[in-house]
Amino acid sequence: MKILVAIKRVVDYNVRVQVKPDGSGVAIDGVKMSINPFDEIAVEEALRIKEQGKADEVVVVTIGGDESQQQLRTAMAMGADRAILVNTDKAVQPLQAAQVLLKVIEKEQPGLVITGKQAIDDDNNQTPQMLATLWNRPQATFVSQIEFTDKGLQATREVDAGLETIEVELPAVISTDLRLNEPRFVKLPDIMKAKKKPLETLAIDELAPERSDHHIKANHYEPPQPRQKGVMVESVDELVTMLKDKGLLS
Amino acid sequence: MSKVLILAEHNGDSINQSTAKVLTAAKQLKTDGIDMVLFVPNAELASELAQYEGVSEVHVVSCEDNHDQLAASIAPTIADLAQNYSHIWGPSTTFGKDIMPRVAALLGVNQISDIMEVIDNTSYKRPIYAGNAIITVSTDSDRQVATVRTASYEADKSTGGSAEIKESTLSTAADHTTFVKLASGDSDRPDLQTASKVISGGRGVGSKENFDMVFELADKIGAATGASRAAVDAGYVPNDMQVGQTGKIIAPDLYMCFGISGAIQHLTGIKDAGTIVAINKDADAPIFEVADIGLVGDLFKVIPEMIEKV
Ligand SMILES: Cc1cc2nc3c(=O)[nH]c(=O)nc-3n(C[C@H](O)[C@H](O)[C@H](O)COP(=O)(O)OP(=O)(O)OC[C@H]3O[C@@H](n4cnc5c(N)ncnc54)[C@H](O)[C@@H]3O)c2cc1C
Ligand SMILES: Nc1ncnc2c1ncn2[C@@H]1O[C@H](COP(=O)(O)O)[C@@H](O)[C@H]1O
Repeated sequence: MKILVAIKRVVDYNVRVQVKPDGSGVAIDGVKMSINPFDEIAVEEALRIKEQGKADEVVVVTIGGDESQQQLRTAMAMGADRAILVNTDKAVQPLQAAQVLLKVIEKEQPGLVITGKQAIDDDNNQTPQMLATLWNRPQATFVSQIEFTDKGLQATREVDAGLETIEVELPAVISTDLRLNEPRFVKLPDIMKAKKKPLETLAIDELAPERSDHHIKANHYEPPQPRQKGVMVESVDELVTMLKDKGLLS
Repeated sequence: MSKVLILAEHNGDSINQSTAKVLTAAKQLKTDGIDMVLFVPNAELASELAQYEGVSEVHVVSCEDNHDQLAASIAPTIADLAQNYSHIWGPSTTFGKDIMPRVAALLGVNQISDIMEVIDNTSYKRPIYAGNAIITVSTDSDRQVATVRTASYEADKSTGGSAEIKESTLSTAADHTTFVKLASGDSDRPDLQTASKVISGGRGVGSKENFDMVFELADKIGAATGASRAAVDAGYVPNDMQVGQTGKIIAPDLYMCFGISGAIQHLTGIKDAGTIVAINKDADAPIFEVADIGLVGDLFKVIPEMIEKV
């Protein structure tokens, strides 16, 4: 079985992004970029499945600019076998991303597709669900555990009410939640080895050109409303009194 | 024509409050009507929805074998209904997030995720970068699929409506997906997502056993309990208690947290809380930058003292 993993290059999760003063976007020049944390988990899960002998190849794909090669190389240093860059210099929205990924699926015929549950830049949380829909295959979103069965796989999903288990036939799309695994660290020799692994580049227009009719326009960016400055108290007594005065405790 | 279809969320026994919050958001649009769709053949739940003021029709779709919770099964039915609507909205709970993007894909549009403010019928505000930026978006699509950030809205409490109930049976069940089970960390405490008071603990609490202290304080004041990701990862508490970017986004009147440092991913889950109280032994912890009331102290001393004094 081949596993396809979709990864996105995003601002590192430790960076506190700032909105540009003119409201035209967020300032990301010179900011540290990384693989979206959920996608790193997706790569890790694919590698573990391969290491258990249940898959024979892990292919990573990203839709992005030339600079995204960096993240593909990191994924290959983790252990992915090869990479596909679908090249575009524009930001893609989830529907187009799903359409592109579907084309890649048609070409690669994977038995399983693993993605992150959400890209932490736009926080859209849509692409995997859209991909599963267009592909007409099952989805298991927000997954924290998977187990292969005779039918396909059982996925444990992190839902508001607790943990839900569903069984899906393969091929399927899985989107990862944080507790699925803890990604490995890459070692220096692996970074060297990854440089020799194959990286194929495809042009986005040949797969799924952008269509303006379903686009969502971004008109203006602003910083969130700051909370009012708080006060520090010295003792529990003071705290309890204050909460009682505010009517929050009786 | 501008008509709204709202996907109602339920757990088989009751309607989730997220539904009434989406209704509040939808009422900020200029519309020719608001309808709902409910996937469960439960007359009581249907009539509960029909009582909301301003709701014209409730589509009740009966499904077998828990297909009411399976995105692949119900999304095509919502997409079929959507032909008569301009706005197709659901809650940004795990239920809504699982299903609505599928509806959007079937309709060939992008979804607007996590609406926090309605500007007019085609433009909205939503948070990005874990809430570090707010973006104004707009669309000229005839079919707008969106999820509503429930923490941004109060639940609609209106009654006295008399929507027409229309019944049908699900014909789009997908057999490639089967529901197996749901394991809930059942508790008698108030529901985290709707409670007016929440007490939560982080890695600083140190162990599963120590969390009993947090529960005791919560019970004393009738609060729901929450946790940071670190506390969940360490196995102190179940995942359904996680608050933050990838957990629950909540807006209680009082949020009191012990031993939580205040990472941006946690803060994004509590930004809309009325009063944030932080207790941390590190005076430089970032949580104090957002806390309305801060107390530098050892939680192992503060919690027992609070239990005594409230
Ligand atoms: C993509 C992504 C998504 C994430 N989503 C979430 C999310 O949804 N929710 C979330 O919470 N996190 C999330 N995180 C993790 C987040 O970045 C932090 O790692 C996490 O919130 C830290 O939890 P904590 O504050 O409990 O632990 P720490 O950061 O370890 O803080 C523990 C605190 O306890 C204090 N302390 C220790 N002992 C005591 C004592 N005796 N008395 C008083 N104080 C004490 C310490 O001073 C410290 O400030 C996410 C991370 C990523 C990458
Ligand atoms: N440009 C992209 N290239 C590759 N994968 C993507 C891209 N955008 C989104 N994805 C995948 O879809 C997931 C969810 O993204 P989103 O719907 O944007 O929140 C991500 O975690 C990735 O796995």
